[in-house]
Amino acid sequence: MSDLSRRRLIIGGVAATAGVAGLCVAARIAQKYGLIPPDHGGLYGPGETLTYASQRVLTRHSLAREFPQSKISHPPLANEMPPLNDAFKRLQAGGFADWRVLVDGMVDRPASFSLAQLKSYPSRRQITMLQCEEGWSYIAEWIGVPLSHVLDAVRVRPQARYVVYFSIDPDWWDSIDMADALHPQTFLAYGMNGDELPVGNGGPLRIRLPRQLGYKSVKFITRLTVTDSLKGFGKGSAAASLEGGSYAWYAGI
Amino acid sequence: MASLESVRVAAGASVPSSTSASLATTVTSRHSALVRVTHWITTLCFFALLVSGVEILISHPRLYWGETGNVLTTPLFKVPIPASRNLVPTGYGYVLPDQNGWSRYLHFQAAWILILTGLLYTISILVTGHLRKDLLPSKADRSWRTFSTAIVKHLRFERPTEAESWSYNVLQRLTYLFVILVLFPLVIWTGLAMSPAFVSAVPVAVTLLGGQQSARTIHFFVSVFLVLFLLVHVVMIFVAGFWGRMRAMITGRADTHTGRT
Repeated sequence: MSDLSRRRLIIGGVAATAGVAGLCVAARIAQKYGLIPPDHGGLYGPGETLTYASQRVLTRHSLAREFPQSKISHPPLANEMPPLNDAFKRLQAGGFADWRVLVDGMVDRPASFSLAQLKSYPSRRQITMLQCEEGWSYIAEWIGVPLSHVLDAVRVRPQARYVVYFSIDPDWWDSIDMADALHPQTFLAYGMNGDELPVGNGGPLRIRLPRQLGYKSVKFITRLTVTDSLKGFGKGSAAASLEGGSYAWYAGI
Repeated sequence: MASLESVRVAAGASVPSSTSASLATTVTSRHSALVRVTHWITTLCFFALLVSGVEILISHPRLYWGETGNVLTTPLFKVPIPASRNLVPTGYGYVLPDQNGWSRYLHFQAAWILILTGLLYTISILVTGHLRKDLLPSKADRSWRTFSTAIVKHLRFERPTEAESWSYNVLQRLTYLFVILVLFPLVIWTGLAMSPAFVSAVPVAVTLLGGQQSARTIHFFVSVFLVLFLLVHVVMIFVAGFWGRMRAMITGRADTHTGRT
């Protein structure tokens, strides 16, 4: 009996040590390959990290499903949203001619782009699903410029890890990693179903991330900041800001 | 391993005499440690998934078939509960608070723990032979007579005898197999099929089900079946003797003399 318990103790000890060592090595490797999400701490950190890491490994280059024209939802749903502020209303009165997007942070050539400039870049179309974390969804054709094209124009520095994007509402912002920022289906979208992007769907400019849930596709984009850390961006009503956000940062599921 | 051996020894004794029973109380184990630990982890995760799943559902208690669905399209089925979003017409005059943030965090964390526990359990029942010996219907079970007797006993809420309580009867075996091999894999699959990132890598996971909203609807109904299983499972525990069965699943011991307190 004592032999058995001693053997068990030794085996248990070896297994526990191996487990801890394994976890440390796994954490090092995960950090190196960008598999740790910014909200990895706290009670739900382990689950979030597992989800983000496994989906990053599985989906780094995969493309969101695209659909035929016949699958487009008519009419597309315009979700409820907070009231638009005065700055937005002024720009809207001018037909959004003065709408600009500032791109700054860890880039060699910070720049401000007008809508007309963005539209002069080669435009891309995708018929993809917008899926809300609440459970509803619709399919639309999104027209825009790939975010990677804009990021190439400002020359992103190699240490960049995230792109933070801001709505015209200063509290409404979110962020993505470089894998998503450079993904070919990540758009700055200005058109929908062959027309201008309606205000109800985020017009005149919305970020589109078809591999993540709808709350990451922030509407009314006015600024992009390239950074290597999400610390110091403060609170906000952003679904997933590090300080105060209540939703998971990564929304691939 | 030693405990499994003794289970079979005890199961072999059709009516344990008082001496063999007292012997059994000291050496036998009704459930192996691995089965007990995975059982209770699964129980915890199941409740976490159920509570958070209900919270997520109330943000849009409408179910659809096909790829897409929203308040502008006709639902397949409306769950008659209030919603936590203004946009959803429910017929209730009020809107519940939004609980999706922590609910989604908890749902996926519990799902991960459940999947890892399930993997451990699946490997172990294959390795130890628990699947073959205790879950697949035995030779004697494969007759209509055994089957109908088991059904009649269940319908009469008959308490199993001492000898019977050492193993699973044919209805138990088939139900557990259905839950382990059909319901759990299906609920995991339909859950993953709702993930836009997962299906970007494995599109067939959602197209086979008929679309993302179909996956959501199947996920809901499989969850309902799992809850029904839980209810029947708990009722059966009471029929068989609540404290005895709880002790067996917690300590592993099935003390046949005090098992019915």
